[in-house]
Formats: sequence, structure tokens, C-alpha cells
Amino acid sequence: MISVLGAGVAGLCAATALSEAGFAVEVIEAEGAPRPASLLAGGMLAPFCEGESAPDVIVTQGQAATDWWAAHVPDVQRRGTLVLAASRDTAELDRFARATRAHRWVDPGSLEPDLAGRFARGLFFETEAHMDPRAALDSLRATLCSRGVAFRNGTPSGRVVDCRAMGAASSLTDLRAVRGEMVEVVTPDVDLSRTVRLLHPRFPCYIVPRGHGRYMIGATMVESAHAGPITARAVMELLSAAYTVHPAFAEAEVVSTEAGLRPAFPDNIPSIRRIGGRIHVNGMYRHGFLMAPVLAVQLAKMMTEELAHAD
Amino acid sequence: MFYGTELNSRLMLGTAQYPSPQVLRDAITASGTEVITVSLRREGQGGDAFREILRDSGCRILPNTAGCHSVREAVTTAQMARELFDTSWIKLEVIGHADTLQPDPFALVEAARILCADGFEVFPYTTEDLIVGERLLEAGCRVLMPWGAPIGSGQGLRNIEGLRTMRTHFAGVPLVIDAGIGAPSQAMAAMEMGFDAVLLNTAVAKALDPVAMARAFGRAVTAGRAAYAAGLMPRRDMAAASTPIFGQAVLA
Repeated sequence: MISVLGAGVAGLCAATALSEAGFAVEVIEAEGAPRPASLLAGGMLAPFCEGESAPDVIVTQGQAATDWWAAHVPDVQRRGTLVLAASRDTAELDRFARATRAHRWVDPGSLEPDLAGRFARGLFFETEAHMDPRAALDSLRATLCSRGVAFRNGTPSGRVVDCRAMGAASSLTDLRAVRGEMVEVVTPDVDLSRTVRLLHPRFPCYIVPRGHGRYMIGATMVESAHAGPITARAVMELLSAAYTVHPAFAEAEVVSTEAGLRPAFPDNIPSIRRIGGRIHVNGMYRHGFLMAPVLAVQLAKMMTEELAHAD
Repeated sequence: MFYGTELNSRLMLGTAQYPSPQVLRDAITASGTEVITVSLRREGQGGDAFREILRDSGCRILPNTAGCHSVREAVTTAQMARELFDTSWIKLEVIGHADTLQPDPFALVEAARILCADGFEVFPYTTEDLIVGERLLEAGCRVLMPWGAPIGSGQGLRNIEGLRTMRTHFAGVPLVIDAGIGAPSQAMAAMEMGFDAVLLNTAVAKALDPVAMARAFGRAVTAGRAAYAAGLMPRRDMAAASTPIFGQAVLA
């Protein structure tokens, strides 16, 4: 029996991969544990865009994520990512193009008719994708349940795989929190079909369509472990960025605002660590949906080999 | 000499916007810097983990009041910084304009006066204005930090003659070019002009390879300072042959 602690994206991906590898798995959700930060994620599968600041291992390994998700959950949208900048910030766009690969220059209006005439050029990352993180996690959970994986609280009964994000901070001394804040809006007036990233020297943001006029606008990156509600400054920055993308966002209804804590290691690279008899999958940072499947597959392989060795 | 502290490196580095704390640490090492600045306004009390990483760098920490728009905010943030980092050093920024991030000289002088009286050693982020500089010295500052150009703009030394005048005017005062530096050549130019140090952040943090860029800036600052110390030749408006013509066969 393997006991996966935590039911965020890292835990559910790990449980899925381990179950598929033939292990008996249970998922332990501690009573009163904070809601997983992955529920607040953008749900972007954008390894090439992340390469702007993330190391190459994220870009290279993260490319496997889209196929993994498409094989496990419905509604993975392979629509690519459109990267834009306001006309005064076009230098940021050139820098972004130099820092990344797998893109081409486009007329944004040719891809997203609602943006026609608003931006002279944009960068299109055609192979990227997005999905609704809540729907995706619900779907993983449902599949696990149907495979007989128990979700419960209490004491783990098997070998522990700890995916508790900041909940494991006492054993992972170099784990820190990076606060993220986001806003969700609904508007019938803007129709975008793919993730749009707006570059800005101080507050870059992305807009991910959730369908039916609903958009997630995120996300701040603050070196803080404070989990309190979204700040007015974050709301102003995110909404003004959305307004820059399309002024009709000004009339959108703000339906939710959220703040959460991303767990991160000093190099901001998600990883698997062994401490004593316990295996940790942690440090997802802003790469949870991109890297959790990759780590889950590695974990399952590692534990299968271990088992073979023990026999 | 900054408030009695001698430094081997004349490059000061900001710590924002790096791809990761690991890259930041490597950049600090590659640059050779001994002074790093850190902001507190947005991170607040919850930023302990990141601050611990900065403390571990072994650098002297110069906390800043970036993001403060009023005297009260700046003074409160400085007091919090003194507690968190156990240092009396404070880089005082009072922003007057959200778009250009230009300092508000009136609030700056007032905040400097309060903080100096409270025992802080203030590094005020100012413009090249001479009168503001004098007022800051009167307020108790022993260092001035004139901007090269607006924060994050990478425009370099936008008013080079104004900065030259400032250097001459405040002959014995440590002057640090703070903000606006985009390229090592610009940092080197500031050092050749006799400025005592250069402080920058975005040019390194947002380089495609921050660690390599940090190294480049470290070398440029060292070279610029060495050139200043060695005595630069004056500019001339005519060619001056470095070899005497006498005694050579001149065919005319």
C-alpha cells in the first residue's frame, strides 16, 4: 500500500500514476488542511512560455504534460498561447521572443478576432494548451475513486508519498511559499479562445478562458508566506492588465478573487526527494500542472524499480 | 566609504525579479558584490523565507523602501527593515510618480530628516538636483544616490552633464548611481566619471543569463573604477600622434 498525502495536483497525479503502475494506493487528506493551491492555478500547459524565466528542464520535460492530461481528463484545449504587449512595452515582446522558442510572430487579430486592431503583433506558441484546473482535478479524483483508491483522513497505512505542499515545510527546510493572487471575471463582451499573456515590465499577467465568458486573470508572484485575502494592489494590477488587453473587461463582473501559497525550492524546480523512509513530491512553484504528471511518472517508475529490487 | 564601511566591490545589486533564489545567489557570487538591496513593502512580515536566503548570501544588506509613496510609509517601512535585518542602513525611496517612479524630493528630504534623527544611516534615492542633494546632506545623509535614469528603464546616464556637475559639486561625498543602468558600458562610464559605486537590479535579473550578466557588470565596475583611479586622458578635438614625427623620413 502506498499512502499519498495531499490531494492537490501533485498528490492526485502521483496517486494516478502509482495506481496505473499497479500499486495499491490511498489518498490521505488531513482534516483542516488548507485548500490545495492548485485549485487556484491558471491551468496553462505552457512549457515554452515558462522558459522565459524557468530553466530548460521545465521546458524540456514539461512538454510531456499536455499529452498526459489529454489522456486522463476531458477538455484539454490545444489552442496555443498568444503573447502580447502594449505598444509602449514592445521591447518586452522582443525580449520574450529571444528568451523562448517554439513561437512565431502573428497578427493577434487573425487568431482572436476580438483583438483585431488592438495589437500590431504578438507571439504565438502554437503547441501549448490550457484547461480548467478544478475540472481536471475533479476528474482525476473521480477516476481514482472508480479504480478503488480510497480518499480518507487519519493515519496513513502504507509507504508515505508526501505531496502536502507547504504542509511538509517542517521536513523540507528549504521549502518556501511564493504567494499568488488571482481574479475571476465573467463578461459576455469579450470572446477569447486561448490563453493570452500580457507582458509588462512590472506586472505581467495572463488571461485564461474558462468558457461561457468566464476568465481567470492571474497571477502575482510575491515572496511571502502570508495567506490572507488578495490585496487591492493585486486587484488593480491584474484588472488594469486585463483592461489593456480588452477595454470591455472593465464591464466584466468580478466573480471571485483568491490568494494562495505556491510551494517552491530555491531553484524553483519541482522535485522528488527522499527523506528517511518518506518520499516527498514538492516545490511545484508555478509549474504544478506542467510538472506534476512528469514527476508522477518518474515516481511510479522509481517505486516499481525499487520493488523489483526488493524481490 | 559608506558610513564607515569600506567595500571591495563597488557594485550593489538589487534582489527582485530573478528567475529563482538560486539564480540570484549565483548572480551575487558571480558579480562579486558585497551589498544587496531588498524591498519589504509588498512582501511584509510574511517574506521571512526569502530574507533568510538573502542573509545566507553573506552580503551586507541594504533594505529599501521601494513602493513607498509617502513619508509615513517610508519611515514605517524603514523601521520594520531595521528590526528585520538588524541594520541601521536604509535605502530611502519615496516615489513621487507611479509611472516614472521618479523620487518625490520634498517627501524624500522630510523622511531623510526623520530617519537620520532616529539613528538610521540613510542612502537616499534622489535625482541629480544639487539643491536637493544639499538638503539631504543637511538632513544628515552621508551618501547620495542619484538616478542614472528612471528605475528599470535601462537608459543609462540620461543627464550625463548634470551628473558630472553633481560629482564635482559633492567632491567628498560618496555618490552611488542608482537606477536606470541597462548595460555594463553605462556602469563603467559612471565609474570612470568618479562615482563611488553603482546600484542596479533589472539589467542583471532580466538578462537572458543573469549570472553571466552579473559577472559582466562586476568586471565593468572594476574596470571603470581602475580607469578613474589611473587618470583618464583628456579629450582632444584633433589627432595627436603618439609617436613623435621628428627624425622620421617624411616624404612630402
